[in-house]
Amino acid sequence: MALLAAQQGQRVLLVSADGRGDIAAFFEKRPVGFRSETVFPGLSAMAMDTEASLQEYLRLNLRVPIPGRVGPLAKVFDFVATAAPGVKEILTIGKICWEVRESLEGRAHWDLVVVDAAATGHIVAQLGAPQAIDELVAVGPIKTQTGWMSDLLSDSGVTALNVVTTPEEMPVHETIELVGRVREHLPVSLGAVVVNRVLPELFTHADEAAFEALRQPAAVAALEGATGPGVGDVLTAADLAVTLRRTRAAHLARLREAVELPLLYLPELFIRAQGMRVTRMVADALGEELGL
Amino acid sequence: MTTIETESLDRLLAAKSIAIFCGPGGVGKTSVAAASAAVAASRLGGKVLVVTVDPARRLADALGLSALGNLERPVPPERLKAAGLEVRDGLWAAMLDTKQSWDDLVLRHARDEETAYRILENRLYHNITARFVQSHDYIAMERLHEIHAEGGYDLIVVDTPPSRNALDFLEAPERMADFFGSRLLRWLTMPYRVGGRRGARMVNMASRPFYQVADRILGSQFLEDIAEFFLNFQTMYEGFVARAKSVEALLHDRRTTFVVVSTLETAPLREAEFFVSELQARKLHLGAVVLNKTLPDYLLDEAGDAAARALVADPGPAAEAASRAEPDLDPAAARRALATIGESFLNFEVAAKREAELRSELGRLPAPVLRVPAFEEDIHDLSGLARLGECLFG
Repeated sequence: MALLAAQQGQRVLLVSADGRGDIAAFFEKRPVGFRSETVFPGLSAMAMDTEASLQEYLRLNLRVPIPGRVGPLAKVFDFVATAAPGVKEILTIGKICWEVRESLEGRAHWDLVVVDAAATGHIVAQLGAPQAIDELVAVGPIKTQTGWMSDLLSDSGVTALNVVTTPEEMPVHETIELVGRVREHLPVSLGAVVVNRVLPELFTHADEAAFEALRQPAAVAALEGATGPGVGDVLTAADLAVTLRRTRAAHLARLREAVELPLLYLPELFIRAQGMRVTRMVADALGEELGL
Repeated sequence: MTTIETESLDRLLAAKSIAIFCGPGGVGKTSVAAASAAVAASRLGGKVLVVTVDPARRLADALGLSALGNLERPVPPERLKAAGLEVRDGLWAAMLDTKQSWDDLVLRHARDEETAYRILENRLYHNITARFVQSHDYIAMERLHEIHAEGGYDLIVVDTPPSRNALDFLEAPERMADFFGSRLLRWLTMPYRVGGRRGARMVNMASRPFYQVADRILGSQFLEDIAEFFLNFQTMYEGFVARAKSVEALLHDRRTTFVVVSTLETAPLREAEFFVSELQARKLHLGAVVLNKTLPDYLLDEAGDAAARALVADPGPAAEAASRAEPDLDPAAARRALATIGESFLNFEVAAKREAELRSELGRLPAPVLRVPAFEEDIHDLSGLARLGECLFG
């Protein structure tokens, strides 16, 4: 998504909310840290680091000297983050929201911030952190900080949560559950569900009948005579492909019915390559789905 | 140290009383754990329990886990029998209920009932048990200890919770112990202990930089809430730490083994490898590595490759031959179908080669590596589990 937007001429910031610097490997670049680095023309990437985010926050907002005097900051931070629920989440969301606000107010230049967010189990807690903190903290500076974050997150013109899944039983189940929980607990609007690794439909209805006939013993014997002994494996593999596709189609149907969101399909890639080659192919497929 | 090469989980599970299945998310860990438990119960006998975290609904139904709660329930023997599993001493299943497990823990360790209820009603407590990432991981291990100590089972199979970092649950007991024993916690709660719960709070302490910073970030009321909560919680310290230590000891017990589950895809496999090295670094027993959902070997056959290439290049001769053998077959449709299946074979062959390469990169692991094929259908019933289990037990 980030590459596609950059190719369309947008200035994009890609954030790994889990702090995985190797997100840059998708662009054949060395791992990135908290400071964003350009990984493609118009596209910068950064890895979240909640401790660095806290330092930045303290420096920018409270004008408190970096508390070197209270012992190793890492230890103190670790402690506070463990003791006070939501601290890590708010520092992650806070940094992302801050980049967005700076851009909206003309102090930073991102047209789009793409976040590779936390896993399904944590995303509601992460996006709900401003709200949760708001409920816990009666007064104090944090209270004034959570308001604007909630405003940005709940503005459907600014933020959209997109769910990525695969057409398998558990991922589809989790996606349906997540969409339900987001609608119930978060003011964040949902964009689309991106279904990755969709297997191709092999046959039209008429050709499927032909495939059935080709698997009859007489036909198989004739095929082996014409093409060689390996044709049996080819038929078996085709059967596997058809069955896998059919099982997945059922999950997709369930998903489509349950989420009531636009679905974007990305094909299973049968290639050996990794890195930029794959990123490009996925961006192209996404662009096609979006009609760009 | 040499490990006896076993081609199956048979000997491993016969020798162990706890098997913890771990690995990255989305690799079918729950199915593999449940299948191992089911087949162990039928092949090895003994009373077997599978503790799972968040199974797919149909799988949960199959195990008789449609109701929530920590209760261990027997899987109906007649249903096992219908799936071809003759279980002598019973297969049991339980789901992990984080919230209830925490409540039980507090009730067990609190100094008195009043403290327990003060903790249980604290809104910070609700937040922590619901949102605290490590809480899930810790409680899974705590629950395992509890069940093990009761001695009701010959084998306990544990499906670990999905977590951002697959290792969180290993560190959880230690972290919990560290946390409640930390000087920082005492430091943070000190002003409240000195000055009484609310009264003359932060007389001297408030001027210290740490509190100034904490105060400005969190607000004094919130800080006070935290301190109050942890003061109560700290009364459970000794019981808690002792418990965390014995949980850790249990993980290191020679009757406990770890089975790492992965698929042959780059990202999950890298996580699984990392996990294996961490288990070794911690001197925990790695029993086996299970590679789930692998593509069949016939995709790597040269004969298949040759046939597929021939069909893609020119499906004509094969289509004609087949049409002569099957009179109903339309030659034009046969040509299209044959070109398509040739193409499809070559596609899957690329994927199978990718898997084979990853497998060879796995190198030498100090434990048997077991492969489970990709089943066409999802595993969602007991006969599916039996099929999967057969692959693991050889």
